[in-house]
Amino acid sequence: MAEIIKRSKALSVNPLKVSQPVGASLAFLGINRAIPMMHGSQGCTAFGKVFFVRHFREPIPLQTTAMDQSSTVMGADDSVIEGLKTISEKSKPALIGLPTTGLSETQGADIKRLARRFKEEFPEFADIPVVPVITPDYVGCLESGFALAVKGIIDVLVPEDTSRVGRRKKQVNVLAGAHLTPGDLEHLKDLIEMFGLRPVVMPDLADSLDGHLTDQESSPVSVGGTPVAEILTMNESVATLVVGRALHDAADLLKERSGVPDRRFDSLMGLEAVDEFIAALAEISGQAVPEKIERQRAQLQDAMVDTHFMLGFARIAIAGDPDLLYGMASLVHGVGCRVTAAVAPSKSPILEKVPAAQVKLGDLEDMEKAAIENGVDLVICNSHAAETARRLGVPLFRAGFPQYDLIGGYQRLWIGYRGTRQALFDLANLMVDNAHHEAEPYVSVYAVRGEAVHASSASGHVH
Amino acid sequence: MQAKQVAELLNEPACSHNAKSKSGCAKPKPGATAGGCSFDGAQIALLPIADVAHIVHGPIACAGSSWDNRGTRSSGPTLYKIGMTTDLTEQDVIMGRGEKRLFHAIKQALDSYSPAAVFVYNTCVPALVGDDFEAVCRAATERWGTPVVPVDCAGFYGTKNLGNRIAGESMFKHVIGTREPDPVPPEAQRPGVKVHDVNLIGEYNIAGEFWNVLPLFDELGLRILCTLSGDARFHEVQTMHRAEVNMVVCAKALLNVARKMQTTYNVPFFEGSFYGVTDTSNAFRDFAKLIDDPDLSARVEAMIAREEAKIHADLEPWRQRLRGKRVLLYTGGVKSWSIVSALQDLGLTVVATGTNKSTEEDKARIREIMGENTKMITDGSPKALLGIVKEYQADILIAGGRNMYTALKARIPFLDINQEREFGYEGYSGMLELARQLALTMESPVWPSVRKPAPWKTSVAPGVEVAA
Repeated sequence: MAEIIKRSKALSVNPLKVSQPVGASLAFLGINRAIPMMHGSQGCTAFGKVFFVRHFREPIPLQTTAMDQSSTVMGADDSVIEGLKTISEKSKPALIGLPTTGLSETQGADIKRLARRFKEEFPEFADIPVVPVITPDYVGCLESGFALAVKGIIDVLVPEDTSRVGRRKKQVNVLAGAHLTPGDLEHLKDLIEMFGLRPVVMPDLADSLDGHLTDQESSPVSVGGTPVAEILTMNESVATLVVGRALHDAADLLKERSGVPDRRFDSLMGLEAVDEFIAALAEISGQAVPEKIERQRAQLQDAMVDTHFMLGFARIAIAGDPDLLYGMASLVHGVGCRVTAAVAPSKSPILEKVPAAQVKLGDLEDMEKAAIENGVDLVICNSHAAETARRLGVPLFRAGFPQYDLIGGYQRLWIGYRGTRQALFDLANLMVDNAHHEAEPYVSVYAVRGEAVHASSASGHVH
Repeated sequence: MQAKQVAELLNEPACSHNAKSKSGCAKPKPGATAGGCSFDGAQIALLPIADVAHIVHGPIACAGSSWDNRGTRSSGPTLYKIGMTTDLTEQDVIMGRGEKRLFHAIKQALDSYSPAAVFVYNTCVPALVGDDFEAVCRAATERWGTPVVPVDCAGFYGTKNLGNRIAGESMFKHVIGTREPDPVPPEAQRPGVKVHDVNLIGEYNIAGEFWNVLPLFDELGLRILCTLSGDARFHEVQTMHRAEVNMVVCAKALLNVARKMQTTYNVPFFEGSFYGVTDTSNAFRDFAKLIDDPDLSARVEAMIAREEAKIHADLEPWRQRLRGKRVLLYTGGVKSWSIVSALQDLGLTVVATGTNKSTEEDKARIREIMGENTKMITDGSPKALLGIVKEYQADILIAGGRNMYTALKARIPFLDINQEREFGYEGYSGMLELARQLALTMESPVWPSVRKPAPWKTSVAPGVEVAA
């Protein structure tokens, strides 16, 4: 059990944390034809938008209540109503997400009441669900904001009716955490479908932010994602699969509302974790594990054996949101690595399970210091750690948000036997490329050679 | 090369295999043979000479499948890593243009890379069609003034081991003794330390491992005229005849060079190894004994005492982790006992060892080191090896790279000790790396993971159950 070290310094240096409203907005972007509108100053949204555009390389629909000086002081309630009205009129979205920010929360906005007021004042927009979420910047991180939005969507959309469980015999709900990429979700859906089941993934970033060209040249709302109509049927599914500890609150609410039994998974990376998931699918569907999945499992086992030489005893520094940190740490720990630095931006019960001596709540400077203190061979973190890794003289394996200097990072598959296998290969290759295990070249004092000394690079690795 | 010359090379008086019926150079059996050919052996033996252009004369198969896959390291030139071959075409073979192509190839290598020398490795096809490649080498040497050394090592001449000898023979015949050593640089002279010149034969500096040991030679005043052939330079090979002692490292492959230098230049030799604390110390003691310098002996003993104390302290935590683990060693030949001492130094138990290529003497030595109960393995097939792992409850298989996947597929920890490996184990400090690598594979959590059946399976997973 990891010891959790709380933040003890005033200055956050090279921050790891991404704010809650950004996380909440991300979740809303996984709902079809949705648009998030942050209740805050326009900067809150603009920064979030740039953040997502650079990461996904996609246009991102994101709006703001644009609080200005007078509305901040005199009350911004009308701005919210006006914003909701404008969006409803102009874009006719299927859903409007309404995350608050540090500014509006400090000001004292009652966002839930404002959502109700909008419905009362504008009955013509009654069919556009508005999902208010309380996501001040000064609490939590991207992951928790994402989870709050998922919970909010369930609260607004899932009918309170436990009598219809299993009406849709093949339908399973999937609550997918913020640590899963669009590539992960695609694979997750494939796996579920291979058991003859029909997944309703919420939110479905694989359908909206997977990077695909469409006939529609521009859109003010998200293109793709979980249809609102499907969320309305989530109480008729046979089971709910929950991926990520951050979503437990949301899962509790869904279960209470719908009565649909759930299975919860902290991570889908690593042999044992995936085994557990596949076994659950076999049980839920009553079907045998398909041959194709068995083969993927065997391929992963082979990769584990092949890469253990490079990964054994490797010292890994990881910084990321709690679920991502836990998943990555468990993955590398399971193949013999040592997690010498583990940093999360904010707390979560999952952190205690991270296989490291300590987990620091902090920033990239904390990771860098821990890495220097305990030794490091490789860093797993988002693109912000590129400089950190360079200073440490070790490679960076990019994971999490944001990945602005890696093309297609958002599409990477990490989970399942296949994703785990590729992650192990990539980790092993980074270790090999950066290998320091050879003796330093030494030239005898007696040698008469008249040449510059340098080690020949490692020759082709035949294995 | 004529059959007579091959027979001569196979007859190695200094080799203990020579006298006994069980020859290490037995004829390969069609359908049941593993291991490389003479070309392979010759190239391995000489390729580490770093400032030489190594040209493989033949169609693409020979160089194409073998270049750039050796773990040997250079502290300077990287020319040896550049793959060169005449890549003979069908037209070359039919029209007899191989010689001409070789001649131009040598010129191109000289023009592009200005090597200290060119080594030309002859292979099966030109040998069969009758290219007089030695004449080409002579003509090229005369024409351009850079030594062009023929290495006549067609694959069908025999085994890899024979190839080693052919390589040694080429060096002895064409290179050794063609230059005098440089004087010892004045700045390297230290008062009270008399410099003695020595050679190492059969040391390949795999993964730079000899750099673990080389500083100790400097400290003792032992100048290595040449290492044949790890991190060597052509001009160093030329001066080997002036050494006071030769050490034949770990293998009998280049024994012919040592023996011929003994008869021709009166250089005594001994066989030794830098694997393991005990063997490393013994190697330095043997140098001192043959050089017969009391001052050197005293300094050797002091150095050994210091180094052994240090490494034993450093190894202690690893010994705790490794103690009692059971090893199946499958390497064959002399390595079967040279590495045993290293493993025993670490507290491991070697339960079985390969004796496929070993003589009665080797086997006697194995019994002496490992005890009477040691299983001697003659059948090296994957099935047989795995059977022994199971029967003797070995925790790890230590073998050459080609057996790696035999072990891994059977979910058994493995350590590679052949020349493709990426870790250096020589010398005192190399033992730490060896210990680390042993612990790394044996302690890896992947083994229990991959041995466990899937949760939806009731039957047990395949693989050998190995004591944890």
